[in-house]
Amino acid sequence: MSQLETAAHPETLRRVAIDPVTRVEGHGKVTLLLDQDNKIHQVRLHIVEFRGFEVFIEGRPYWEVPVTVQRLCGICPVSHQLAAVKAMDQIAGYGPLTPTAEKLRRLMHYGQMVQSHAVHFYHLASPDLLLGFDSDFTRRNIVGVALDFPEIAKQGVLLRKYGQEVIRHVAGKRVHGTGAIPGGVNKALTVVERDEMARDIEQMIGWTQGAIDMVRRLHETNPGFYNVFGESAGNMMGLMRPDGALDFYHGALRAVDPLGQTIFDQVDYADYQQVLQEEIKPWSYMKFPHIKSLGADKGWYKVGPLARVQAATYLATPLAEIERQKMMALGNGKPVHGTLFYHWARLVEILHAAEMIRDLLNDPDILGTDLMADRGERRYEAVGVIEAPRGTLFHHYRVNEDDQVTYCNLIVSTTNNNQAMNEAIRTVARQYLDGREVTEGLLNHIECAIRAYDPCLSCATHALGKMPLTVEVVDADGQLASSLSKA
Amino acid sequence: MNAPMNPRKLRITTTSLSGCFGCHMSFLDIDERLLELAALVEFDRSPITDIKHCSQHCDLALVEGGVCNAENVHVLRELRANAKILVAFGACAVNGGLPAQRNHLDVGQCLSQVYRTPDGSATAIPDDPELPLLLDKVYPVNEVVRVDYFLPGCPPSADTIWKFLTDLLTGRTPRIEHPLLKFD
Ligand code: SF4
Repeated sequence: MSQLETAAHPETLRRVAIDPVTRVEGHGKVTLLLDQDNKIHQVRLHIVEFRGFEVFIEGRPYWEVPVTVQRLCGICPVSHQLAAVKAMDQIAGYGPLTPTAEKLRRLMHYGQMVQSHAVHFYHLASPDLLLGFDSDFTRRNIVGVALDFPEIAKQGVLLRKYGQEVIRHVAGKRVHGTGAIPGGVNKALTVVERDEMARDIEQMIGWTQGAIDMVRRLHETNPGFYNVFGESAGNMMGLMRPDGALDFYHGALRAVDPLGQTIFDQVDYADYQQVLQEEIKPWSYMKFPHIKSLGADKGWYKVGPLARVQAATYLATPLAEIERQKMMALGNGKPVHGTLFYHWARLVEILHAAEMIRDLLNDPDILGTDLMADRGERRYEAVGVIEAPRGTLFHHYRVNEDDQVTYCNLIVSTTNNNQAMNEAIRTVARQYLDGREVTEGLLNHIECAIRAYDPCLSCATHALGKMPLTVEVVDADGQLASSLSKA
Repeated sequence: MNAPMNPRKLRITTTSLSGCFGCHMSFLDIDERLLELAALVEFDRSPITDIKHCSQHCDLALVEGGVCNAENVHVLRELRANAKILVAFGACAVNGGLPAQRNHLDVGQCLSQVYRTPDGSATAIPDDPELPLLLDKVYPVNEVVRVDYFLPGCPPSADTIWKFLTDLLTGRTPRIEHPLLKFD
């Protein structure tokens, strides 16, 4: 079991809580147990809410699901809509999508990458990076950034707006629109809408490159700090095309070890249960998945920007690929695992998504009106997976003859990162807090490590994962209490 | 000091109880107006600041999400005690929203379904004292505290939020009329 996960004698220790963790989406808290000398014995990130979405979705008609499940998360609703609709395409018996439908879905998804990553980088994380991890906590927010760095704050707000507008043009609404429906999309794009998006895209690409330069300069000011802060070497997973390029919308699963060596590759995501397994721990509602073949101790993995850009062979757009290589060069041939590199990788992904948007807007298919695929035979079970802003997102459904959902399993990106975040905060606790007087600024270091993952605790608490896999129950001492196999 | 010349900044606290954060995202959808707003208001406890507890004398509390566990009740009461005006912000706060679909189910059964094998042989429901107690149902905010304004919509649009805030800031009684009053 992970060091610092469970203290030997919790009753003798002092508890310090970070409650709630702020500038993340959703609810979580961190507890630390320390002795009189401030030595740290236990560090845990708890997910404190339970919503049971998978339970109440049962009995609902399948066509309703893409618009209801997106209410899991107001930050990445498009991801949930698309993962669900990719499963429902199959359930409803549709064949391959029309080129226009697939491209519109991709457009909306890339729009969401831009907006979700922008909100995270600028509105949530930039106060730490620009104002300082232990700066005055009453000013450590986007308003504080706007006062000291008005130009950066403005670019962040407008970059996010751009992404939201792309979503609105495809889905009708910025948050919780419709757009994708089983078999295709429900609205064609007009020339006016296309031109409006095309008008600003170069500006967005330029600003993103500027932001990447800013992060690079920040790194240069103190490489020793940025390289090792919260460093935790874990396996990495993402969706890749057959040629190894990262694909946010569709691909097969690839996982690599901390040194970048392949663990598995081109695994059909419908077979996710053969490669992943999860564990329940009594102190968190969120489960702990790991790569089955490696076991719980070694098999935990990271998803999201830093994991997938490093697991990928390359990024299929030129500017982003250059930036990816520049970032990875800092690892001297090995993947980088410093937690703050997540921010850098996230900006590289904004650039990749923006380049993809530009290419789609230049593609005549995007204005096509053939929106629905041909319909074939109904199916009763399907899996839909995409790369959401925070990482690989799994939706798995069974639907009966009456079109009612009978089974729903969601593994959201943040659940995939559960152990990784716990590892990162334990590293930070060891690096900065152990044996020192606990201060607000030091506690914020822990939050900085969590924030780097951009966890969506909102998703995580709605969707707890009901993985039909082996569940290992670990008791308070970390011993395996029992192992259960689900159908 | 030119303080008397400047009107005092409105102190806003925002929280998400059992919401999806979409209402907060819609708030950020006021885009550039956010920077304008920053000159007129101060944010207290909010997911976008690092203030963990709402201070006394907030002018306005925006509450997203229904009430699903004991901690939500606690946070909500703290907000009510400290804010002059409390707003049920979005469908979930107004009537429980989508998470309230669990209300026709037994919460114990929900938990054991999620944390148990289908043959019912064992459960492993997380039960650490750090996890707040779940309520039997998801409650709308006004069943727990008094609510001054209800902003419907899933989420309320950025323009709706802007109209509401600017009405308050200019001392008008907030009024959301037809084109901005949406329930989807
Ligand atoms: S009202 Fe809608 S947008 Fe707001 S928290 Fe609830 S589900 Fe999310």
